[in-house]
Amino acid sequence: MQQTLAQKIISRAAGRDHVIPGEVVTAKVDLAMIHDSGGPRRVAPILKDLGVGLWDKEKIFLVSDHFVPGDTEEGASILALTRDWARSTGVRFHDGQGICHVVLPESGQLQPGMFAVGGDSHSPTGGAMGAFMFGIGATEMAGVLATGEIWVKVPETIRIEWTGRLGDGLMAKDIMLALCGRLGMDGGKYQAVEYTGDAIKVLSMQERMTLANMAAELGGQTGLVAPDEVTAAFLRSVGGEVPDLSDLHTDPDASVLEHHSFDATSLTPQVAAPHSPANAMPALEAEKTAIGVAYVGACTGAKYEDLQAAARILKGRKLAAGVELLVAPSSKRDQDRATKDGIMAVFEAVGAKILPNACGICAGYGTHRLGADVTCISSTARNFKGRMGEASSQVWLGSPLTVAAAAVAGHIVDPREMLA
Amino acid sequence: MSGRIFLFGDDIDTDQLAPGRYMRGGIEALAAHCLEATRPDFAQTVQPGDIVVAGRNFGAGSSREQAAEALRHLQVAGVVALSFAGIFYRNAVNLGLPVLIAPSLGGVADGDAATLDPEGGVLRLIDKAADIELETMPENLRAIIENGGLVPHLKKRFAAEHKGHAE
Repeated sequence: MQQTLAQKIISRAAGRDHVIPGEVVTAKVDLAMIHDSGGPRRVAPILKDLGVGLWDKEKIFLVSDHFVPGDTEEGASILALTRDWARSTGVRFHDGQGICHVVLPESGQLQPGMFAVGGDSHSPTGGAMGAFMFGIGATEMAGVLATGEIWVKVPETIRIEWTGRLGDGLMAKDIMLALCGRLGMDGGKYQAVEYTGDAIKVLSMQERMTLANMAAELGGQTGLVAPDEVTAAFLRSVGGEVPDLSDLHTDPDASVLEHHSFDATSLTPQVAAPHSPANAMPALEAEKTAIGVAYVGACTGAKYEDLQAAARILKGRKLAAGVELLVAPSSKRDQDRATKDGIMAVFEAVGAKILPNACGICAGYGTHRLGADVTCISSTARNFKGRMGEASSQVWLGSPLTVAAAAVAGHIVDPREMLA
Repeated sequence: MSGRIFLFGDDIDTDQLAPGRYMRGGIEALAAHCLEATRPDFAQTVQPGDIVVAGRNFGAGSSREQAAEALRHLQVAGVVALSFAGIFYRNAVNLGLPVLIAPSLGGVADGDAATLDPEGGVLRLIDKAADIELETMPENLRAIIENGGLVPHLKKRFAAEHKGHAE
């Protein structure tokens, strides 16, 4: 039977030969990721109520990222609770290493073909590795931690093909903003979104992570890129094992719910106006929108290659008068690499403020939340009203290149004007 | 148990079901504002056993579990809709709220007296003597709902396993 990549992964996890979209199956979870906000403090009381221990501590991946660095009383106490739970249970714990969606792939623990869950809405990020990964709430997570199983309604696949090749000055983020604009925030219909096409094949793993990450904004249950040589090379680079990839793809005649095709070559840098990622438009059309804060941060927009892109614009330039640039590298590993390669020095040279490797203001945490009436351009995924600070703050979304270019110009600009 | 139908349109979102500004007050306070943006008297007039019927994409928006919890707290018999948002559907099952998909809702009016049979997959309009056929829920999900949600469902399962071990 011809199956999609999503069907193949779920079939295996459910111990079945094949599964059919729409049927509900119980699947065995290969990996469960939790973080300090939705993790121990919420699931431990439920587990206690159930009166059971963890199904398999080796398969649980705990990360502290929401309340890091613990600079408030509440944050410090949540981190303390998280650390105590990690010690007492013996689960893998990545404390202060960065944002879970980036730390997990960098650990080499997430493998193509895995069926994985995360206690966070951006868990589809794992789909960049060719894993079926999706976000669940605390009650469900407690059930997974207790049993290692979860029910899943086998999704249809929405295939999103990008032909051609992204031009210089374009990034995966531009693809995702364009898709949110074209298909809307419910365009994914809680089905499996699979990205294909020549323009996707040549993207690096970190760029694919941006695609998969924002499947959440597109309303997909997960966002997949079929694993290939890029995936294998990345896995080897982080010390992970490369499984047999030969069957981890959607069969040519597998039936899909929708097939959309877009041309990457003609795509131009995109921004999304407040207060929705679906308010996408070419950056050119928003030129002259003055900004006060530029934010390079989050799992979506501050990985090594995002930092590298922003630094490419900033090198040898100055920030516009009155603009504050905030940089929160997604992970310690990425920041260390960027330090070694002179990228962090570029941020320091322009007077950027470097923030902890944590979710930070993207999730409304920390001391740099946006003040009243501030206009910000951000490399993050969501610009919902009040999410990053005061309800009157205005957040535009763009790629790290577009964010850096706006920081230099003092207003939104097509970043290609600054690429020689 | 029979009740009355409360009929809603498409895209009833989680902010209407569980308004963000009442999220800190606990489920009782939150449920008192359930759906008030669309129907101000809903929480005050809905009775145990009443049925929420809606159009497409019911429960769209955020992943907050309280959206389903509020309806369960108000003791509605269940929600029948043309389609559900994915995460809401998951949360509803795991919190023990029956959610059923109707291929069509022709003939259903607000205020109709009705009974909901989640097992048989039927919404029975009593006064009109008409049956609306619903997609039946998979047995494994129905078992979770019948046990009152995922946590009580697992408790029952663990108790049975424990008993099995003891014998």
